[in-house]
Amino acid sequence: MEAALLERQDSIHRTGEAPFAMECNKDSLAGAVSQRACVFCGSRVVLYPIADALHLVHGPIGCAVYTWDIRGALSSGPELHRMSFSTDMQETDVIFGGEKKLYNALVELIDRHAPKAAFVYSTCIVGIIGDDMQAVCRRVSEEKGIPVLPVQSEGFKGNKRAGYAAACNAMRQLVGMGDISGISKYSLNILGDFNLAGEIWLIREYFTRMGVEVVANITGDGRVGDIQRAHGAALNVVQCSGSTMDLARMMKEDYGIPSLRVSYFGIEDMAESLYAVAAFFKDEEMMRCTRELVKEELSLIMPEIMKYRQALAGKRAAIYVGGAFKAFSLVKAFRTIGMQVVMVGSQTGTPEDYEELAAITDPGTIIVDDSNPLELSSFLQEKDVDIFVGGVKERPIAYKLGVAFCDHNHERKEMLAGFTGMLNFAREVYGSVMSPVWRFVPRKNESAQEKAHD
Amino acid sequence: MTKMVPQYVSTTNACKLCKPLGASLAFRGVEGAVPFLHGSQGCATYMRRYIISHFNEPIDIASSSLGEKNAVYGGGANLKLGLKNVTAKYNPALIGIATTCLTETIGDDVKRLLYEYRQEFMQDGGPLLVQVSTPSYSGTHMEGFHAAVRALVEQLTEAADPNGTVSILPGFLSAADLRSLKEMAGDWGLTATVLPDFSETLDGPALRDYPLIPKGGTKISDIRAMGGAKATVEFGYTLSDQLSGGKYLEKSYGVPLHRLGMPVGIRETDRFFEVLRDLSGNPMPEKYTLARGRLVDSLVDGHKYVFGKRAIVYGEEDLVIGLTSFLAEIGVQPVLCASGGTSGSFVAAIEKAVAGFGLEMPRVHEGMDFHEIGELAAELKPDFFLGHSKGYTLARGLGLPLIRVGFPIHDRMGGQRLLHIGYHGAQQLFDLIANTMIAVKQDSSEVGYSYM
Repeated sequence: MEAALLERQDSIHRTGEAPFAMECNKDSLAGAVSQRACVFCGSRVVLYPIADALHLVHGPIGCAVYTWDIRGALSSGPELHRMSFSTDMQETDVIFGGEKKLYNALVELIDRHAPKAAFVYSTCIVGIIGDDMQAVCRRVSEEKGIPVLPVQSEGFKGNKRAGYAAACNAMRQLVGMGDISGISKYSLNILGDFNLAGEIWLIREYFTRMGVEVVANITGDGRVGDIQRAHGAALNVVQCSGSTMDLARMMKEDYGIPSLRVSYFGIEDMAESLYAVAAFFKDEEMMRCTRELVKEELSLIMPEIMKYRQALAGKRAAIYVGGAFKAFSLVKAFRTIGMQVVMVGSQTGTPEDYEELAAITDPGTIIVDDSNPLELSSFLQEKDVDIFVGGVKERPIAYKLGVAFCDHNHERKEMLAGFTGMLNFAREVYGSVMSPVWRFVPRKNESAQEKAHD
Repeated sequence: MTKMVPQYVSTTNACKLCKPLGASLAFRGVEGAVPFLHGSQGCATYMRRYIISHFNEPIDIASSSLGEKNAVYGGGANLKLGLKNVTAKYNPALIGIATTCLTETIGDDVKRLLYEYRQEFMQDGGPLLVQVSTPSYSGTHMEGFHAAVRALVEQLTEAADPNGTVSILPGFLSAADLRSLKEMAGDWGLTATVLPDFSETLDGPALRDYPLIPKGGTKISDIRAMGGAKATVEFGYTLSDQLSGGKYLEKSYGVPLHRLGMPVGIRETDRFFEVLRDLSGNPMPEKYTLARGRLVDSLVDGHKYVFGKRAIVYGEEDLVIGLTSFLAEIGVQPVLCASGGTSGSFVAAIEKAVAGFGLEMPRVHEGMDFHEIGELAAELKPDFFLGHSKGYTLARGLGLPLIRVGFPIHDRMGGQRLLHIGYHGAQQLFDLIANTMIAVKQDSSEVGYSYM
């Protein structure tokens, strides 16, 4: 594997070719152009969709401006989360400390927007100059009468996972503050869905049809008040395991609320998730409703999916996503449309995640942790991939080489979760793979290639 | 004319980006170069994402990926390891190393670290290492961009024999602008070095193989020879002398400097072409005489659609100055010129740009964010916004059209192909503005004529 640095060899595995072993969940190699972000990014993506909270980034302008309106996370009401707030620290703040500016900025913004809570994110240099964010937040909280929560997300203090943990720590302080009277015994919180393109609304509708009350969305279309009541729910269902499993664990510790790992991507995992919830509540009628629901939804989407399946059968797919849990679902989703997954990787998977990927993929499939453009492009070529699934940073790699692409990251504007989402996914894959433009790209067309090299 | 505007402590929806992003773009415009950020992993990844969404091209920005220990004990080891790995993997001709707020704050002495690195690992050669200090807690991406250009010039040029070439330091233009600029110089019979030149590295053809480093960019040998050029042409009225590569070449090698505005619109392009005429000794090529003639002809044809319209222009200071100058030429009243930059010379340049056209002096504000622009917009009653994609939410909220120019264009195809400069660029801008005004009138008309 010449595209990989020697130090990276242990983070690449080929299913069936060697006993499973995987180096992962460690810091990115310097100079390797990782596709990962940082602690701040992890915190920011998790908390971002809480729409009635103020999200203030304490640091120089970059961190705030690169995350402005970055996610396709919809809100049914307030849209404060779509704004970018920063203390825009200047040199003098770095020298003399930024606490005063932070205080004044918080007061100003809370007065202007009347948020239900405020999250204050620390960035790299805040950790270095030692601003006492806790103290400032406590003071403003007392003065303004809303929760003001510091999120310890200095970029260099680990990778995205550390950021998820920091976000969960901040949310833990909200949970337990609200009145939980009147919450049904059949109730749950949705963790780890971010309402991209309205997905959480679809999932909520499924639960409602099953007779289950959703207490809090964490965090898609999220509200501070709902999260404060989240401890009143009987169950936490956790998708996107990396990002919110920590919170589920804390809620188990603090309130004894059990949790289920679920996934809403692909027919199999979507149905299994609903069944698991019905099974948890041990209610016959609910289980019957759920079966009915699944049957009904499938009958709506399968005829069209079968059409795509016919066209896509045997095509090859590569997957590179943030969290490994989504990768499991995508492997299955591609099977549903008759496609073969030949490469799958993630930014932040754990050894267990990769072991499971190795178990569910075909022999020869490349499994990779924390990859980079050079590796990814070599995999696409080696496996002659027909479509690559990833995020914005992966898109130009695919397109430059003339490979179809499906955006499955948090910036996407298409609903890919739920049964309807599976249909959208099939449509999108079909729409990209079957486009006539590929016949003109050098990969498929020698003469065009020669022209491009002239 | 910096009138009263509420001075907020907080920044909401900033109208600027951070310094290392500008430096990364500039380094990307050098042949065989890899931009490298000395900081935590997130910086490089965020900037890549931001740049990719505009250019729709891969951009590899390496990072020293500092972790917690490095932040405490210094990032030197990671910087060196990162440089080693980038050298091994990319075999670059040059690595452009820009610092970040983290490494500036912990006080890494990059110059010394690079000296050590050269001693330890580069005895048998290796890439050129160019370093620039870009702490994001002062200035914007434009200061980072210019600082990187200045660093390239300072650290690569040497005294050279006169070579008859012309160096052009254009600042931050689109890929199409850069292609057009090179074509102009060539058409005038000049051999020009444009620095940086990402017209191909960030806007390349479809390929069979993923390039380690994309083709194109300013040749390092051409940068080296800048000390022997017969002149430097540098765009940007707000560019400070310390950040000016042209000033450095003038001071160090006596290369005459022509400081011009960005050649947007008729007068600024005329000025640029006068310089090209003087430098080449050639008359204006027919192609440009015709283009100018067509442009003027079209301005006549369409003048009624734009006259008296009110515009809010925002973005990088020098681009805003050029655009404002063009708006004045076509009878549009700029009502607000806003930038997140704080050069200190923005107001004076705008005054000059609109002088003599019977216009009101627009409100001009440095250090503005979109919240402040929005507050003013409510009272200024503009007809359209002229700027990059990030003004969309504001324009939409007011039900006004946004005419997209500059960087970033995140919500349309082809930001890299937008042409702003020269008569051809002015032509595109005029058609865009006139057609937008026509469309507004047509769409809001009860009749909806298909003739205008």
